[in-house]
This record gives sequence, structure tokens and C-alpha cells, in this order.
Amino acid sequence: MSISVDIRKDFGAFKLNVQFEAGNEVLGILGASGCGKSMTLKCIAGVVKPDSGRIVLDGRTLYDSKRHINLPPQQRRIGMLFQNYALFPNMTVLQNIMAGCEKADRPARVQEVLAKFRLQGLEKHKPAQLSGGQQQRVALARIFVTKPKILLLDEPFSALDSFLRWELEMELAQRIREFGATTLLVSHDRDEIHRLCDSVCVLSNGTNELCVRVRDLFKNPRSFAAAQLSGCKNISRASYVSENEVFAQDWGVRFHSAKPVPKDIRYVAIRAKDILLAKEGDRENVLHCAVETHFEELFYHIYMLRPLKSENEPTRSIRLDIEKHFPPLPPNAKTVRIKITADNLLFLNK
Amino acid sequence: MDWYPLYNSIRIALVSCGIVFFLGIFAAYYVAKLPRLVKGLLDVVLTLPLVLPPTVVGYFLLLLLGPKHPFGAWFLAMFDTKLVMMWYSGIFAATVVAFPLMYRTARGAFESFDESLAHSAKTLGLSNTRIFWRIRMPACRQGILAGTVLAFARALGEYGATSMIAGYTPGRTATISTTVYQLWRTNQEALAFQWVMVNLAISAVVLLSVNLLERRNTAPKTAARGEA
Repeated sequence: MSISVDIRKDFGAFKLNVQFEAGNEVLGILGASGCGKSMTLKCIAGVVKPDSGRIVLDGRTLYDSKRHINLPPQQRRIGMLFQNYALFPNMTVLQNIMAGCEKADRPARVQEVLAKFRLQGLEKHKPAQLSGGQQQRVALARIFVTKPKILLLDEPFSALDSFLRWELEMELAQRIREFGATTLLVSHDRDEIHRLCDSVCVLSNGTNELCVRVRDLFKNPRSFAAAQLSGCKNISRASYVSENEVFAQDWGVRFHSAKPVPKDIRYVAIRAKDILLAKEGDRENVLHCAVETHFEELFYHIYMLRPLKSENEPTRSIRLDIEKHFPPLPPNAKTVRIKITADNLLFLNK
Repeated sequence: MDWYPLYNSIRIALVSCGIVFFLGIFAAYYVAKLPRLVKGLLDVVLTLPLVLPPTVVGYFLLLLLGPKHPFGAWFLAMFDTKLVMMWYSGIFAATVVAFPLMYRTARGAFESFDESLAHSAKTLGLSNTRIFWRIRMPACRQGILAGTVLAFARALGEYGATSMIAGYTPGRTATISTTVYQLWRTNQEALAFQWVMVNLAISAVVLLSVNLLERRNTAPKTAARGEA
């Protein structure tokens, strides 16, 4: 079971150019809204036609612009869960589920799916009478009844309240495991990707980066988009100074690095956990900063800082997060000394 | 009182409404898919009868169907059938005038249709014909019904183009609206008033049903939100 995708489509202001392969795994497509995530899934499903390229599923060519192959979505055997679930509002739950199955194996198969998705008793309800979670179960049941070869999930939890998400996510995780074939999950939520996916591929501005194991993306992002999407809040343009020194242009400061600095560096990123309050006697990578603003979150105090002794005028702030079980800065603090851990600077070359 | 005008009016309205129903939906569905420039142009042409004075529509219809003009003459020679000054001439007038109402309302309904429903239906393997009749049409039902009722009402009330193309012959081409004008012109004010009341009654029923349809359209949605 595998899929290989290589497609291009020009939308004028925005160009989609996506290439990836996935085997028997859950591949996450991580990107900000409007980066072409949903469009990629729609192209694979066949409801949108790319300009050129090739899509092959389990050795079956679904689309090939050179050989003029473009299978209609009806013949692609793809199960796609749409963002709003796309249940047919005029049909009951049962009719929705039966919509996609062939007449011969109807009754037995439908009963099986109804039981599996805990929908017994709801057969006669209309989608509008169901809760968000029930709607998702109906949409999934409707997909599984057609025995798809691949599962495409488009932001499966975006239509739900946050307290409903967790339960549904665990349920969906189990369905994906049972399904066992290739699953593509599109999301803008790094935690969701981290929990549900085996590998991940970052999509920004219509173009994707190489797919990597999920853990690698979070440990060692390679690009600005990947760092940003994996939750890194402090990113600055950067240049190479020496083997172990990097200049962060947006903050106007140099950092010492324990790891060798690559010559083609374009950005340096620092995880929140690697920015600490400097202790007495700390010398290396210590910055004296002015406190610009202070925000309070549920579990964190957030301070926006500006380096005082910079080589050029800083254009961005540094964000310092202090967990609430540590003491915050004094309420009228004007300046603060912070220390950047030299071991964990992230070097990005795109 | 001679009820022929009522019978004739309703006959004309029903037939033209039937024609407009299919033509309007067909046009709305295909125009919505066209590239923007063609769409804009066609939209103007198809909506024109709504804003043109009915007499201008009548003039164009006479140009097309009149026995002294090419198409009308050919039709007369071919089928030995006159297209103007007959009871069914009113159908032509009513169809052209009512068409934009159906077309516009249906197009609005099609445009507000959530395309992801059609997309998901396709991935589930439903044929395009089934998607149109089982999913798109039911989802747009309220708009299409409202358009049909409006088109019917407009066809029933057609006067200007009808009077030019069908004229007024009592017992043959008379409709309610041409009868009212004729009675008023010949000083039969009381009788004219009776026909006015008939017309008012029909219009009131039609508008009432439009309102009911619209209310049914909005009510279930708000009710459902609370549970979700």
C-alpha cells in the first residue's frame, strides 16, 4: 500500500507544487491556513484537476498529465473526510451511509459499520440533529462502507469544540490503526500531527519540504516554516561568523554555539525552553534586555524583550516564557538578563 | 360572469411556469460553471427581460414570431400554425418575462450550495446525475420552489407583452389582466373590480406561500445549532 504524488497547479497568485510518497503509514501534512493543504487532498481525490504531474496509488495511476490519464473521483477508491464532514443534509444517517455502497452487500455491511461506529439508534436522524462528534462518526462510517484504499483526513477536528477533540482524536487514532493502509492527515496543529502521525511533511506557500519522521521535525527542523509550525517562537535571520559563532541579525546579537554553524545558514531559531534567566556568574550567551511588554497566559508569563547592547537596531523581540510555578520577574522590572543555551540553537537553511 | 379569462390565465401561467422551471434550472446550473466573462455577458442577456418594459419584450417577440417576419412566416408555411394572436401566444410572452425570476433565484440557490457535498458524493462513488437529483436539487429545493412560485405569479400577471402578441379576443385570448383593462376601457367598472379582486386573491395566496417557504428554509437551521 503506497501512494506517490507529484503535482503542480497554478492558481495565479499562488502555485501548488507538491511531491511526496507515503507507504503504510500515517503521513501528516502540516501547514498554515491557505498553504494548499486541502487543495492537495482535493487533487488526490480527483475533485480538483492539477495542471500537470502524476498520482499513483498502489500501482494504479489515478492521474498522469503526460499519458492523459485522469480517473474520475468515483473510480479512485479514495476515502476523504472533509473539514465540515459534508454529510448530506437532506438524508438520514442511514441514507448517508448507504449512499456510497453497492446494492449487493448493503444490509450486512451497513449493520456492521453502524455497530462499529456506535450509530445504532441514530439511523433515522438527520445530520443537523447530531452532535459534532456523532457527525464525524457518520462521515467516517460512510467512508469505510466503501472500502477505500487510502484515507484522506482534512483537518478532522477543526469543526469541534476543544473539549470534544481529545475524545474524538483517540477514537480516530484507533480507526486509523484498524484501517492499516496509507492515511494522509492535513492539519495546522503540531500537537495533533505529533500524536497521530508517523511522518510529516511541511507545506508552506504551496510547496512542500521533504517528509521526515515526526520526531525529527520537532527535534531538528530545517526550514523557517518547519521551525515556525513546530512551535518555535524565536526565529531570526542569521549569518555565519565562524565555526562556533552565529550572528542573529533581527536581534543584533552574536551567539556562541556548541554545535558547528553551517555556512549556508539563513535563520537561527531558539526553543522557548532554551531561553533562561541568567544566573550570577553566567558569561556565555548572556543578553541584557529591556522588557517591552508582559502577557499572562494560563500557565506562562510571557515577556517580550529587546537586547540592549546590539550591533544593529533590533527589528524583532525575543520572547521569554516563564512557567507559572517559577517566580515571575518583579512587576516593575525594566531590564532582565537572559541566557541562551549554546547546545540547542537550531540552524535553518531555508 | 364569464370565467374564461381565469381559465386562460391559469393555463398560460401553468404551461409557461413548467417551461421556465426546466429552462431556468438548466441555464442557472450551466451558467454558474462558465468562465467569468462569458458568465457576465450571458447573465445580462438572460436577466434583460426582467428590466425591459414588457412592451419592448412584446415588440421583440412580434419580430420573431409575427407571420410577416422570417421565422413566423416559415413556421406558418411549415406547420400551418399561427404563432401570434392565439391563446398560446400568451405562453411565449409569459415564458420570456418570467424566465429571469426562475433563473436568478435558482442560480442564487446553486451558488450558495456547499460544493464539498458534491465533492464528497463523488469520492463515495455517486454518479454525477445522481448527485444532481439526489443532493444538489434537494439542498437547493427551497430556492427553486421560491423561484417557481415567483415565476408563476409573474406569468399570471403578465400584461404588456401578452397584449401585444396575443391581443384581446373575448373567449379566445383574454386573460385576467387584459380583461381588467378592457372592462375599464369600456366603462364596466363593477365587473373590472370583480376581476381585480380575483387577481388580488391569487397574488395574496402566491406571496403567502413564498413567505412560508422562506420561513421553512431558515427555521430548521437555527433549531439544529443548539444541540450541536
